[in-house]
Amino acid sequence: MRSDGRLLRGAVLAAVGAGLLAPIALGLWETLRPAFGVLPALGRTAWSLEPWAELAALPGVRTSLMLTLWTGIGSTVLSLLLALGAAAALYDRIGGGRGGRWLTPFLAIPHAAMAVGLAFVLAPSGWLARLLAEPLGWTRPPDIASVNDPWGLALMIGLMIKEIPFLLLVILAALGQLPVRRHMAMGRALGYGRGIVWIKVIVPQLWPLIRLPVWVVLSYALSNVDMALVLGPSTPPVLAVAVMRWFTDPDITMLLPASAGAILQAGVVLAGVALFRAAELAAARLGRWWLRRGGRGLSFEPGLVLARGLVLALLATGALAMLSLAVWSVAWRWSFPHVLPESWSAKPWQMAERGWREVLGNTLLLALASVGVSLALAVAWLEGEDRARRGRAGWAEALIYLPLLLPQIGFLYGLNVVFLRLGVGGTTLAVIWAQALFVFPYVMITLSDPWRALDPRLVNAAAALGASPLRRLWAVKLPVLLHPIATAAAIGVAVSVAQYLPTLFMGAGRVPTLTTEAVTLSSGADRRIVGVYATLQAALPFAAYGLAFLIPALLHRNRADLRGTA
Amino acid sequence: MRQTLLALAALALAPAPALADWQDTLDAARGQTVYFNAWGGDPRTNDFLAWVSEQTEALYGVTVSHVKLTDTAEAVTRVISERAAGVTEGGSVDLIWINGPNFLAMKEQDLLHGPFVADLPNARYLDLSETSAASVDFTVPVEGMESPWRLAKFVFFHDSARVAAPPASMAAMVDWAAANPGRLTHPAPSNFMGATFLKQALVELAPDPAVLQAPVTEDAFAATVAPLWDWYDALRPNLWRGGATYPENESVQMQLLNDGEVDIAMAFDPAAAAAGIARGTLPESTRVFVPEGGTIGNISFVAIPFNAAHREGAEVVANFLLDPATQAHMQNIEVLGSFSVLDPSTLDADAQAAFDALPSSPALPSLADLGPTLLEPHPSWMTRLTEAWAVRYVE
Amino acid sequence: MSLRLEALEIVGPGGALFRPLSLEVARGTVVTVMGPSGVGKSTLLDAIGGHLAHGFRARGRVVLNGRDVTGIAPERRRIGLMFQDALLFPHLSVGDNLAFGLPPSVRGRAARAARVDQALEDAGLAGFGDRDPASLSGGQRARAALMRTLLAAPDALLLDEPFSKLDAGLRDELRSFTRSHVETARIPALLVTHDPEDAAAMGGGVVQLGA
Repeated sequence: MRSDGRLLRGAVLAAVGAGLLAPIALGLWETLRPAFGVLPALGRTAWSLEPWAELAALPGVRTSLMLTLWTGIGSTVLSLLLALGAAAALYDRIGGGRGGRWLTPFLAIPHAAMAVGLAFVLAPSGWLARLLAEPLGWTRPPDIASVNDPWGLALMIGLMIKEIPFLLLVILAALGQLPVRRHMAMGRALGYGRGIVWIKVIVPQLWPLIRLPVWVVLSYALSNVDMALVLGPSTPPVLAVAVMRWFTDPDITMLLPASAGAILQAGVVLAGVALFRAAELAAARLGRWWLRRGGRGLSFEPGLVLARGLVLALLATGALAMLSLAVWSVAWRWSFPHVLPESWSAKPWQMAERGWREVLGNTLLLALASVGVSLALAVAWLEGEDRARRGRAGWAEALIYLPLLLPQIGFLYGLNVVFLRLGVGGTTLAVIWAQALFVFPYVMITLSDPWRALDPRLVNAAAALGASPLRRLWAVKLPVLLHPIATAAAIGVAVSVAQYLPTLFMGAGRVPTLTTEAVTLSSGADRRIVGVYATLQAALPFAAYGLAFLIPALLHRNRADLRGTA
Repeated sequence: MRQTLLALAALALAPAPALADWQDTLDAARGQTVYFNAWGGDPRTNDFLAWVSEQTEALYGVTVSHVKLTDTAEAVTRVISERAAGVTEGGSVDLIWINGPNFLAMKEQDLLHGPFVADLPNARYLDLSETSAASVDFTVPVEGMESPWRLAKFVFFHDSARVAAPPASMAAMVDWAAANPGRLTHPAPSNFMGATFLKQALVELAPDPAVLQAPVTEDAFAATVAPLWDWYDALRPNLWRGGATYPENESVQMQLLNDGEVDIAMAFDPAAAAAGIARGTLPESTRVFVPEGGTIGNISFVAIPFNAAHREGAEVVANFLLDPATQAHMQNIEVLGSFSVLDPSTLDADAQAAFDALPSSPALPSLADLGPTLLEPHPSWMTRLTEAWAVRYVE
Repeated sequence: MSLRLEALEIVGPGGALFRPLSLEVARGTVVTVMGPSGVGKSTLLDAIGGHLAHGFRARGRVVLNGRDVTGIAPERRRIGLMFQDALLFPHLSVGDNLAFGLPPSVRGRAARAARVDQALEDAGLAGFGDRDPASLSGGQRARAALMRTLLAAPDALLLDEPFSKLDAGLRDELRSFTRSHVETARIPALLVTHDPEDAAAMGGGVVQLGA
């Protein structure tokens, strides 16, 4: 039995090493080489710093870099502050489970679909402007850059609308592990206001539990491409988009500075994480000094009210964006300043039907395959931990988070080169593989806590009845954990559907998905068709979440103890 | 027996022996899926290519899979990275919608299959004389390495309900923009259409437009571009968003026109306005206009990469695109509305009638309305011009 | 000077928890409220301290030293709290936990540190200032928590079964520790418990809470 566990863990480690670590490491290596001048296909075989000089000389590169730091760090800090503030104001109203439910649509909708919807809501001729047009007497949209603005504010709003719900969910889950109510009562009994107790007592205990997810958010905000393409400034764009453009430049010598840019992008993310860590350490020192002074300070209540108000306003804007996608997909003419379409039609769906049917099939196939692989690997990993009767080492946890912390553009180009050598470049298999790199961590993170929370006595009882390890897994653990497994699968589907860059790079564009199509079409003339694709793109994860809720509810309809809200 | 006789007769009549091989090509192509890498930002083109796939599948057993690009350069890069990885056959790109700098880049680096155009049976409907529009792409000789499929001519359009008198020349745009600040823009010059806007102005403003037909030199560039920068410096402050940002491509700008954010849009397709109205993506009152001196025109081509996995299928598709019936279908404004690339003098009466029977629209200009067609500058000018623009105007 | 409850009752989602309660606690004494578990003893303390959870409402009045505190925020009531698990903040050292309670009116790093050291010594915890609270025994933790609460100089003290988790020997020691500090601080204290020995040891009145 012991050896069985070792075998299983060896197999999992090998699969993770070859399937997850090796591609990332090789991809980074194949990006690093051209970044330092080595690209044999162009006859360059000597290491040099020339690509970096070329990169520095590219027009707009400095602005791109500043823009990336500003939008990435700014949106992450604001999201974190607002999510913490909103959690302080809301934690006793919404428990973990029920609170999660109304956040689900915001978590499920892919970044690209949200961006497409927001681009319409925020545009000078968009929904908000149309609501204002009549009272303000506008006959023409105002000439203000409310999307694609040079400051990247629209991009920051988009990132915040997607990241605040994620952080809220993470924070609410972490708060469930802390005696928040009693610490709050204790702090207030000592004369501290609600907001001050939150900052001095709750947040310092919360932070270690949410640090990694915050870094994931930071990495994403610093390196995302799909939201930045739709909402961000274009001349020049943020660094990740600029790097992607250089990679696709017809002048192939651009591959060298593009690779240097990709490495720079990875450096930016590393520096961002280091900055957050430094700020955390500084805050801890400063915080102790501040705590010792015993200041009861202001009530800070206005800050909490403001945070809650801003979060609600942002989420309302996000809801409007999602709604606008559906409305556009059934509109015919809908011009400024009409608040609702002048004419309705099912034609957008019919016109694009040939296209979306195939693409929907692709998207489903990729989601099922990448989630299937990820789920199998995650279950094998967790079962391996169980059989070894040991917890997870720090390095293993870091390994799981690695693909989420590295910027995709940093290794996808190199990974494509590796896949081409393996002869799988541009195939569906390559796309599934690349997507699984990002689906697996989310599945693993989602499944780990409920798996460990499973009452070990259940399994021990089964063992005492003579059930083999396999039977214990198959007949006890998996059925009891059906709901969390289904939830993890649904999150995996949402992650798979949302993948833009991996699908584009690895599929050589030959594996179109709802996301690649929505992003491509969003730079086109027909919002109604974009509405069709984005609606489908959002509907797929919604359906997955719905199934994750329904299947256990149906299968376990006579098992009250299993119908939890895990 | 009869088939053999027909084949013999065809051999006797055919000007080139290559045509005899066409049946081999058709046989080899049957069952192939052609990955057609083409810009995917225009739903009409996407729908047309889906129609092409249905037709070629029914006629020749060749399926077309449209790989939707945001920029043609993506496909070029793909071929390059395949060669870098040693993939010299079985490549992922079979057919590319291409012209200008991308064609030059691929041709210069021997990334193209060919010459193949003369092998296509429908090439007989083309005017392939040395100086014809179908033989020269941005001054670069085509030499049979790419096959034409649609005509492109630069046009502007405006919403006649909002703008009665659009500017009559590129030079006049400065005054028009000063009178209507924030109502004019152009796609970012990193985009093909944005670059064309600058080239259109360059052709009109250059002291000696003839130098544009030769590869660019530093001296010629400095002298030729100076009036362009003067013009642009005067224009830019009154552009949409003060010239701080630009729409990504012409489709985005068309949406801005539809939204009423700007008054003027542009396209490489004279029928785009009529087609946009028919599809409900432009106001009914949209009309086409061109500067007095005429506009730049060129032909869109398809090319086959050297390592294409489905070369025969790609040739069959290229040939199908040149079929008079296909070209007439394409020119229908209810379908695509792109003007035919065929030489009308080669068409028989039936084919001619198919073109004559196409529906019209008040937003569809006649050939006479469109004015003279100006020659595209050598591609090196476009590359140099957009680089210089970025250095001058991107911080 | 005292803590007075006037017809205090608590209404939750399922109606009133217990009959309206009126009592008065004189300064320097501990009154014990007893009742079966689940009757709402802890909720009563929540109502007095102002910590009622969402969905619960208090009726009646809480009067502290002649001041009606019923409607005001918990941090302004000046009513200290002690729970059965001491609830030291795990991210702070023992000394910093105490400093957290010390009011800001005590100024200067040295003065504050001296007050904290004094309190630690009073609690028999001299030299424990830099320790991690998790390394303390149950009795040490309870004493540190009481000192933290008293350092805030509350006008009243609420004790929520503070001895129930301790060993029998420690329990006696802490009962007298608590009682003597309440007497020294001359503040009214209200203890809820289901252990009659607690009530006896505190020496004050006993009130039965019933539904």
